[in-house]
Amino acid sequence: MALKTGASVLRLNTLRNAAVRYVERVLQLLSTHTRPEVAQNTKYAEFPGAKAPYVTEMKFLNESSYDPIPIYRVLDNSGSVLESREEPSIDKDELVNMYKTMVQLTQMDKILYESQRQGRISFYMTNYGEEGIHVGSAAALSPRDLVFAQYREVGVFLYRGVTVTELINQCYGNHEDPGKGRQMPVHYGNKHFNLVTLSSPLATQMPQAVGAAYALKRQPNNDRCVICYFGDGAASEGDAFAAFNFAATLDCPVILLCRNNGYAISTPTNEQYRGDGIASRGPALGIRTVRVDGTDALAVYNAVKQSREYAIANNKPVLIEAMSYRVGHHSTSDDSTAYRSIEEIQKWTTDESPLHKFKMYLEAKGIWDAEAEKTCLKESRDTVVRTMQEAEKKKRPHWKEMLEDVYYDMPPRIQKQMKQMEEHLKKYPDKYPLDQHQD
Amino acid sequence: MASLVTKKSVLLARLVKNVGDCTKRLSSHFIYYPDNEKPVEGETTKMNMMQAINNAMDLTLKNDPTAVLFGEDVAFGGVFRCALGLQEKYGKDRVFNTPLCEQGIAGFGIGLATAGATAIAEIQFADYIFPAFDQIINEAAKVRYRSGGQFDCGALTIRTPCSAVGHGGLYHSQSPEAFFAHVPGLRVVVPRGPITAKGLLLSCIREKDPCVFLEPKILYRSAAEEVPVEDYTIPLGKAQVLREGDAATLIGWGTQVHVLLEVAQIAEEKLGVKCDVIDLQSILPWDEDTVCNSVKKTGRCLIAHEAPLTSGFGAELAATIQEECFLHLEAPISRVTGWDAPFPHVFEPFYLPDKWRCYQSLTEMLNY
Repeated sequence: MALKTGASVLRLNTLRNAAVRYVERVLQLLSTHTRPEVAQNTKYAEFPGAKAPYVTEMKFLNESSYDPIPIYRVLDNSGSVLESREEPSIDKDELVNMYKTMVQLTQMDKILYESQRQGRISFYMTNYGEEGIHVGSAAALSPRDLVFAQYREVGVFLYRGVTVTELINQCYGNHEDPGKGRQMPVHYGNKHFNLVTLSSPLATQMPQAVGAAYALKRQPNNDRCVICYFGDGAASEGDAFAAFNFAATLDCPVILLCRNNGYAISTPTNEQYRGDGIASRGPALGIRTVRVDGTDALAVYNAVKQSREYAIANNKPVLIEAMSYRVGHHSTSDDSTAYRSIEEIQKWTTDESPLHKFKMYLEAKGIWDAEAEKTCLKESRDTVVRTMQEAEKKKRPHWKEMLEDVYYDMPPRIQKQMKQMEEHLKKYPDKYPLDQHQD
Repeated sequence: MASLVTKKSVLLARLVKNVGDCTKRLSSHFIYYPDNEKPVEGETTKMNMMQAINNAMDLTLKNDPTAVLFGEDVAFGGVFRCALGLQEKYGKDRVFNTPLCEQGIAGFGIGLATAGATAIAEIQFADYIFPAFDQIINEAAKVRYRSGGQFDCGALTIRTPCSAVGHGGLYHSQSPEAFFAHVPGLRVVVPRGPITAKGLLLSCIREKDPCVFLEPKILYRSAAEEVPVEDYTIPLGKAQVLREGDAATLIGWGTQVHVLLEVAQIAEEKLGVKCDVIDLQSILPWDEDTVCNSVKKTGRCLIAHEAPLTSGFGAELAATIQEECFLHLEAPISRVTGWDAPFPHVFEPFYLPDKWRCYQSLTEMLNY
């Protein structure tokens, strides 16, 4: 975020610590404008809220005072590495695993979306267009890093090792759903893999992620960070500002990763915010920030890897804005052609497809080919279809699970309610879908 | 007060048996009983509840040049399409998207109303209204009181879809009326179908107090009635007696009214008893007279709501009824409600105060 003319508010001697020096270097590199000299005898203000030079020329700043924050990428649209020094050293197996996860994710999306249309599950949300953000970030993290996701990050879950079976059981709400059938489909969570269970309200996870990072920081010899995923829409919530500000002021090792996919249901980003996206809020709040091409899994990988190292070494937050495009509808409750054109969508399914780019990269490296693609597609599809058939046969949890886990110990009042329902079901067993639930 | 808002206001509270026997099954848990009686004479059109709400907002935007309608995804009609076509008709400065921020939507609406505009704010789901709680509770409800009557935001109406929909789980099913019913200064209103939705929403918009208008989302598309096309209001603070009897008083609001109408029908068929069925409509302030007169007549009272039992609005009703009707009561007041747990996804049929739970409770009350 290079400050244009009028940059006298930024001056080297006010920027003392290492983090800020880094920002300054970036500013120098990126600025297309020379900064006006501040007179030698400029007086610096000592207000508690701002240490800045006094000037006699009044200047308002606005969004055009700054150059747009550039978008870092490693791959071009044909999957070629643009700068060889930027190519991450990821071993062959991991690269293949990243790609296979993306394929598995799209096959799961395709089949589960259709299964909702057939009335087999009640709801679904696809991840099309954002697969690169999922696997790029997941591969760069330690499996022990704690994840606070929004709801469109299932690729992270898959990459961590959550099975397709577990995810589909959640969507069906059967007795093998770790969430015990209580939440709508796609509200996954897995304690073993450090994936905090999702909730539907937006941005609520953001200050929580920051608090979790504070707790990790205080643990002896901490080597973990927290990553928090959120969208361009969620960033408008009050909780988002709270998260940024708490993360900065309380020095929390958290990666705040915005998936800016252009839409919050129907609301395009030009009605969601003005100014230079979500990334511009980072430096404003004292957070190290980078913007990346979210359709480029390697760019996301590099950004998250560096952010993770920095966050843990310095106990500081990092904001990453990963630019992408929500190719699918918001959810199965939405028809996005009501507010955007099919032509607009198509561009992002071809040239800018994260899978396409990554596949070409692997092919050029000689570790992927048409045969591997064919096998992978078939295996992924078969896994989902087979798992779905199994999930459909599994019963839902016992109805009493409805009243468990409200409190650690069930209070007498809820015990009484459970008893009432039990008596009621004895009188009216045929009025309830007891056969769909476990005995 | 509310009945004086327009000349065309009608006291539907006086109407009895204005619901028909024509029924339609909407989900596993209730049958919809459409209103047959019209609040005003004149031309009608078949509308579902989404269209009736759209029609009320259309009339407001047409007749009140200060009126604006806004919220998340409202520009293309909103996720339930209640604002469909209104931006095309009235322009982007009157019907518009806001950033995704409920506290912003509520505060923005209070500001609009403070400065003389009519504000219709949409919160996408009632489950997501809680970030706006501070603005609604500490600001909207208290503006007039704290300014000694100098300022008010009565021109603010917050519309939000609520209640069970069959598959909404924790965060697309809640009925938060009792939270707002604890706040003097607010009006809280829940319609039971298209005709009441239009009349009550127009009353809320014109009412001199800020209103929270909770729309049972399951009724948006499937509940259809012959709705008068002209402007009319239904008074706030008034309940409606939909079915009459002497055996018991059944009280509900929103979708639950239809459950209770069916329970009354079953009781009549199976037990040969008739019940009063009351749609409370206005949760705050509520119609103590209609409720207590009914309970004094029947001596028995069953209250049913989807929200959890503990501190649900049924608690307030029960407390007042026992104070006012103590010597008339033949049985303890019964509450049939959602259980004291978050609203669960696959357990919804076991969670809701469905007709069988209500019916069992009614039979126990009759045999007390």
